[in-house]
Amino acid sequence: MFTYIARRIVYVIPIVISVALVCFLLVHITPGDPLVAVLPADASQELAQQLRTAYGFDRPLPVQFGLWLWRAVHGDLGSSIATGRPVLSEVMRAVGNTVTLAIFAAMIGFTLGLLFGLIAGYFRDSWIDKLATSFAIAGVSVPHYWLGMVLVIIFSVQLNWLPAVGAGPGGSGAWAWDWDHLRYLILPAVTSSVIPMGIVTRTVRALTGDILSQDFVEALRAKGLRETNVFRHVIKNAAPTALAVMGLQLGYMLGGSILIETVFSWPGSGLLLNSAIFQRDLPLLQGTILVLALFFVLLNLLVDIAQAAIDPRIKRG
Amino acid sequence: MRTEKTRTMALAAALAIALAGLPRAAGAETVLRIGMTAADIPRTLGQPDQGFEGNRFTGLTMYDALTMWDLSSSDKASVVIPGLATEWKVDDADKKKWIFKLRPGVTFHDGSPFNADAVVWNVDKVLKQDAPQFDPSQVGVTASRMPTLASARKVDDMTVELTTKEPDSFLPINLTNLFMASPAKWQKFYDTSEGADAKAKSQAAWAAFAKDASGTGPWKMTKFTPRERLELAKNAAYWEKARVPKVDKMVLLPMPEANARTAALLSGQVDWVEAPAPDALPEIKQRGFVLYSNEEPHVWPWQFSRIEGSPWNDIRVRKAANLCVDREGLRDGLLAGLMVPATGTFEPGHPWRGNPTFQIKYDKPAAQKLMQEAGYGPNKKLTVKIQTSASGSGQMLPLPMNEYLQQALAECYFDVQLDVIEWNTLFTNWRRGAKDPTANGSNATNVTYAAMDPFFALVRFLQSSMAPPVSNNWGYINNPKFDELVTKARQSFDPAARDAALAELHAASVDDAAFLYVAHDVAPRAMSPKVKGFVQPKSWFVDFSPVSMTQ
Repeated sequence: MFTYIARRIVYVIPIVISVALVCFLLVHITPGDPLVAVLPADASQELAQQLRTAYGFDRPLPVQFGLWLWRAVHGDLGSSIATGRPVLSEVMRAVGNTVTLAIFAAMIGFTLGLLFGLIAGYFRDSWIDKLATSFAIAGVSVPHYWLGMVLVIIFSVQLNWLPAVGAGPGGSGAWAWDWDHLRYLILPAVTSSVIPMGIVTRTVRALTGDILSQDFVEALRAKGLRETNVFRHVIKNAAPTALAVMGLQLGYMLGGSILIETVFSWPGSGLLLNSAIFQRDLPLLQGTILVLALFFVLLNLLVDIAQAAIDPRIKRG
Repeated sequence: MRTEKTRTMALAAALAIALAGLPRAAGAETVLRIGMTAADIPRTLGQPDQGFEGNRFTGLTMYDALTMWDLSSSDKASVVIPGLATEWKVDDADKKKWIFKLRPGVTFHDGSPFNADAVVWNVDKVLKQDAPQFDPSQVGVTASRMPTLASARKVDDMTVELTTKEPDSFLPINLTNLFMASPAKWQKFYDTSEGADAKAKSQAAWAAFAKDASGTGPWKMTKFTPRERLELAKNAAYWEKARVPKVDKMVLLPMPEANARTAALLSGQVDWVEAPAPDALPEIKQRGFVLYSNEEPHVWPWQFSRIEGSPWNDIRVRKAANLCVDREGLRDGLLAGLMVPATGTFEPGHPWRGNPTFQIKYDKPAAQKLMQEAGYGPNKKLTVKIQTSASGSGQMLPLPMNEYLQQALAECYFDVQLDVIEWNTLFTNWRRGAKDPTANGSNATNVTYAAMDPFFALVRFLQSSMAPPVSNNWGYINNPKFDELVTKARQSFDPAARDAALAELHAASVDDAAFLYVAHDVAPRAMSPKVKGFVQPKSWFVDFSPVSMTQ
């Protein structure tokens, strides 16, 4: 197991360097001036050159990449062009808010997804299956930003039960785990949860149905095992694939949703990316993409390790 | 009898206690919560980013400039009035030198005095590269808005001399963009900040200052959560007593999405939203919220290429385009009333409007006649290509509006082709001009502009020396009459004479059909009926001081 983990960690290093290179190049090859946030269109060339030098954009691209990577390795992602604030603190604050939202959404989405999937798979082709599958299809089909707006109209504007936007009465800086704050989380979390709920339902339904039709299940039943114990074996066999899918979904959610966070003005990484894109704030854009990509890589690593722990065949392969 | 007297006394006492409680209730903290269109709180350190929305919320609230805009009327054009300077005068012997007399008795929020040293310090923060407080991040948004200012010198405690690179009568107007931050507060941060060198210490001091800012404005910063909220408290000691805010606290919340802002208003989370979702306007009104709008110094134009071979070099074609657009139809249909038809950069009533002889209106037969005179007709259409964006700050609804123009101009023998690119790219291309490959063969560009001051509204487009790479004369307009009038306006130091020269320049530009003038934005905002006393001036800015909240 140790060798397996070590090998997986070694694989991560070239992935991280490639990710860093891609996110650096991606933001530099997009058209537009990186100083657009601080340089009005009518600024003189002299002023533009002065600022280009001040921000280091006059240097060759490989030099800029080298310096950026060197600082990033030392935990310094530079400062936002638009705000002057350190990118790392901006990203970490936003990521913290997205993690809060993602975990809450994952709890809703995974719980419902597992429940619907297992029930649908067990009662395959029955009306229960059709109902659960309908929920799953609706979950993956309905545009979540549209659903968010509809929920806001119903629960905030019409019924006035839940707040429409924001991350707490005093902002996320004053976040507390009480009802006054949790009520701000409900609508964005429910909206975020529908896609993972649908995907997990469909995956688990297919897995459950498939496993139930296998010979070993018949053998277990023939041995006289009670149905609950048979079901436990089914769950154990479905777990590695379900876990991989949930890991990927959690990764997507931790990456933040630009649309959902914008609809709910939730100050997470999606809203931060949105702002960085529109302001052409290259250091902020690079830093945010890098941190989110690293999260994804790390999460995949953890899922791989967890899968190996559950299913010994994986680490042998 | 005794019992009755006791009861009466008890009742009187209870009433007295209740009445004593009333002033407390009436004096409960009043809070005004505003949903901005910005995705982040504009910078708070004195020179805001995010264009004039930044100045509106974190410039004019916490800071003052030497000169200010009069924002007290919704009818009259907003003009420059004294701010932290009480009077100013150009030197008769050397028109590049200006003397500004400063307002006595003004203090920054930290208690330090405002004086000539503070003015020099604030000029140096953006112009003097070897000054400790020089901050490159504030230069871009400031220096370009006062392009001729060169330096500042203290004459005495309450007098300062400003020098320009060339004689420039626009300086007092440009100075509305230079906000006075507290040198004493910054120095305190600088002295305690850590950094490898003076530059790093300076950056750290500005970062600290942005979190705990100090200006002389009617609002003081009390709490700041980046990207989420800025809380401001009223400055009860503000130097202009009439502009001491009427509410105790103002909370600014970034909400970039129009539907989210609207939902926040309708659900009572905020009291005021900028630019509500246009589709929701009927519901907003029906629920008793109040809509405000007014003509803004903003122009939605096509800026013509005037380089060799451009079809717009023919004035008949330029005039025909201006006459072929039913602006009222655009306003009442597509934009649901949220625009003012543009008949120039400035509309009648503005001091810089002048008396153009070419009347911009919808007159299709006249437009068709002009096009026929120019050699075009139903069987020989003129193909023009317009570079525009699908969205963008101040662009209103660029694509549907351009499609409207496409259809309208087709009736006057134009074949309009649209080159739709991303907003920041369009904005960057604007600096490069019609000759640059980024124009992609376009012979007009559709970038909206603010028309607050003469340089931004007229000079940068009309003066031949402002052609790229210097400034935004994208189409390389080269009209000696414009150049002459720009010089005349810049060198007319009597405000009335300066305004007359600017009016002459504007009239000349309309007569020349320099742009296709289409619309002025109206800065719509929606408010709870609890918000009282708001005046929406003809400006990008508003004064929050007279706003009050009823219970």
